[in-house]
Amino acid sequence: MSRNTDNHFDVIIIGAGVVGCSIARELSRFKVRVAVLEKESDVGWGSSCRNSGVIHAGFNNQPGTLMAKYCVEGNQSFHSLVEELDVPFQKTGKLVVAKNNREIAGLKKLKKQGECNGVKNLDIIDEQEIKKLEPNIKGVAALLSPETGITSPYLYTIALAENALKNGVQFYLDTEVENIEKKSSGDFVLKTQNKQFIADYLINSAGVYCDEIAKMADIDHYRIYPCRGEYYVLDKNASSLISHLIYPVPNIEEGGLGIHLTPTVDGNVLIGPSNEYLNKKNDYAVTTEIVQKLFQEAQEYLPGISSKYFIRNYAGIRAKQTPPLQGGYRDYVIEKSEKVPNMINLIGIESPGLTAAYPIAKQVVTMIDKKEKLSPNPDFNPSRKSILRFEEQDEKTKRKLVEQDSDYGEVICRCEQVTKKEILQAIDNPLGARSLISIKYRSRAMMGRCQGGYCQTRIMELLKEKYNYRWNDFLLRGSESYMLTGNRSNGEPAL
Amino acid sequence: MNNKDVVIIGGGAAGLAAAVACRERGIEDILIIERESALGGILKQCIHDGFGLIKFQHSYTGPEYAQKYIDQVEERNIEYLLDSMVIDITSQKVLTVVNKSGLKKYKAKSIILAMGCRERTRGAIGIPGTRPAGIYTAGVAQNLINIHNYMIGKEVVILGSGDIGLIMARRLMLEGATVKMVLELLPYGSGLPRNFNQCLSDYDIPLHLNHTVVDIKGNKRVEAITMAKVDPHGKVTLSTCQEVPCDTLLLSVGLIPENELSKMAGIQMDPLTGGALVDEYGQTTVKGIFACGNVLQVHDIVDNVSLEAEHIVNGVERYFSSLVIPENNIKIEPGEGLRYVLPQHIQYLDDTVFSFRVKKPGNKKQIIFRNDHRIIKKKSFIRVNPAEMIRIKLTSSELSDISDSKLLKVELNE
Repeated sequence: MSRNTDNHFDVIIIGAGVVGCSIARELSRFKVRVAVLEKESDVGWGSSCRNSGVIHAGFNNQPGTLMAKYCVEGNQSFHSLVEELDVPFQKTGKLVVAKNNREIAGLKKLKKQGECNGVKNLDIIDEQEIKKLEPNIKGVAALLSPETGITSPYLYTIALAENALKNGVQFYLDTEVENIEKKSSGDFVLKTQNKQFIADYLINSAGVYCDEIAKMADIDHYRIYPCRGEYYVLDKNASSLISHLIYPVPNIEEGGLGIHLTPTVDGNVLIGPSNEYLNKKNDYAVTTEIVQKLFQEAQEYLPGISSKYFIRNYAGIRAKQTPPLQGGYRDYVIEKSEKVPNMINLIGIESPGLTAAYPIAKQVVTMIDKKEKLSPNPDFNPSRKSILRFEEQDEKTKRKLVEQDSDYGEVICRCEQVTKKEILQAIDNPLGARSLISIKYRSRAMMGRCQGGYCQTRIMELLKEKYNYRWNDFLLRGSESYMLTGNRSNGEPAL
Repeated sequence: MNNKDVVIIGGGAAGLAAAVACRERGIEDILIIERESALGGILKQCIHDGFGLIKFQHSYTGPEYAQKYIDQVEERNIEYLLDSMVIDITSQKVLTVVNKSGLKKYKAKSIILAMGCRERTRGAIGIPGTRPAGIYTAGVAQNLINIHNYMIGKEVVILGSGDIGLIMARRLMLEGATVKMVLELLPYGSGLPRNFNQCLSDYDIPLHLNHTVVDIKGNKRVEAITMAKVDPHGKVTLSTCQEVPCDTLLLSVGLIPENELSKMAGIQMDPLTGGALVDEYGQTTVKGIFACGNVLQVHDIVDNVSLEAEHIVNGVERYFSSLVIPENNIKIEPGEGLRYVLPQHIQYLDDTVFSFRVKKPGNKKQIIFRNDHRIIKKKSFIRVNPAEMIRIKLTSSELSDISDSKLLKVELNE
């Protein structure tokens, strides 16, 4: 497979979430011309950056499902994957905590299900053992899963995308597919606002919008029901409260894993997510009722949590295939369309999608390879480096870093101790995403307890310095999200 | 390792005044460490006037007020570092400082904490809704407008009636924006009375007490907020929800002393102030480390910050002297009606100024200092207001009346 024209690709992937970026990277192992089209101004801005960041072990899913299969595979291969991609991963382990004796049956069921799926080292522990592992947690028994871990979902997605980019995949951000036409030649013609694309293969990894993309290609039997989950982010001071992921025994009817407590790789703690079906796919608002509910439910396990730890809320949207009245889960659909040849649809990739993304991507590549007999890309380089975090280094290394580059000596974000060097690297990211949120995800600046109160204006100065930004170039989250409304009194900005 | 007699963390109002006072007392070897590229702290962006009425009987702007101290620092050749961040501090008073020229360690005989405070954010108070551009804390907006010459919005709603919010309401009006309203959760304003007159009334900006923001709309930029009334228990009355179109939400919902470094040094904190536990000379629970200014307690006016900073240097001086420090360990407790009292304990029984804030506004009140059942001091007020820090001095002879129970309670009475 090879093409020469500018807008004609062997494979076009719609959607640069963790699944789309995983597929892009897996395809870049071969000599294939690949493009990823993303409607947002950066990768991973849908569900991929709005979840708990958990690498699940695979005991929550029914045996025999793709969810179970890919989750277990994803968990077991994650360690070597993140070594290549230089992404944080901590096997913190997880406790599913029974609040009363009635819930213990649920733990046993989960353990059995997990073992059937191939999950290793599951164990049911009693109240005393819970106290030993988690002195602050209340519960009568728990399922301990040492294989469960945490990652940074956005850094992981960014790493996949950057590595794919380096290996030849082209990324088109701010590029929303508006129309898909299947020509008699077999080519797909994709219309976006500014550009037309042609593809031999089309991969639909559009997350909550996957049904709409399928429909553009005249496949109209998929249906996604957006289901929102809201979260609280707690201050790093709360990190000493728990060391494992703390989950309730799941309520199968609800179709979520219940409101849980998750440590993050950066040392925060998340409370969430809630479970609420919506009519809109882009309503990421948080609500008073749920915010209060999250707090109350978290307190049932962890009485030590108080509002003084709150630093931020966010919400994500699950791509559920089950309608609100039915609830629960329906298994992932990963299929080549019979009706539209060479189109592969990935439908309903909700939790554990972050864990499953890599095996899903391998599966998609296998599906293409079977037909096309792809030849390997001899230049493929699986390795990629993240921005080095000054704060995480020991003193000797810090000293050396400042000596080598004085930009390490300027701490711009005080809460997270992010230096000018790291922020400049974040600004200069290979994907060219320069919204403040893009810089935040890459550098951690503005993510701490003051939420950018100190560093936001300094980051804006750096953007001005480096790219000669005018007032209307400063965006929070992509096009039209203007930070500013003008210069003051027609004066010249003094940045 | 570099040795210093006094290291002052923070070159804002508190740090500058402390540095000058240290030099006045003959302390030679002083270093101010400032994270920004100029001295002055938050005063740099406070271009309104009203600073210095107590200290200088003159109304200065923030930068002018700061400059008076910066000039004194320069005249006295007090050493300072700019663009330098303290990233670690130990109870042994070893500081790790990073700047462009490298990572350095300082061993201080004494440390003065003067890091100021930060603004409470949207996340801390959990305002529901979307998270678009156009939501600013008042201080960040002030920085963007006054320092960087940018406009941050055209149609603005302000939540919280803290002083910076009020000052910014006027500032935005002067710059051509429309400030639609100020919403305040409490049944009374949080800022100083003069700011309600000069910044809201004079510009016909409505203030809605007992109101809050219950929703934010807009995916890219703020499109509207929903305001609602809250009942006396702080519960939102949903029937009163009203959508207000706007492109900006400004938050002035409180300040939090910035004590991350203090905690690293193992200093004990007072949950009531958010600052360190100190004696009457600002000495923390780690001997030789002192605190003053907004890192210790959020002040109402800068003059009080300067006064406090100058005062605690008495403590530094005594710490350096070979005098034996008396250990009277008298505990001070806020009673009914008070949010906090500073200092939290006293040792010396010198004349001592106590500072505190009331919980609610009220008329015809008394502040009573009580030891067991004895009244040590009583002072009457025509009006008290949580926005204003109250300072009352007890003389040495009044304090020597304290009996063996060693507990001094400060109460607000009818």
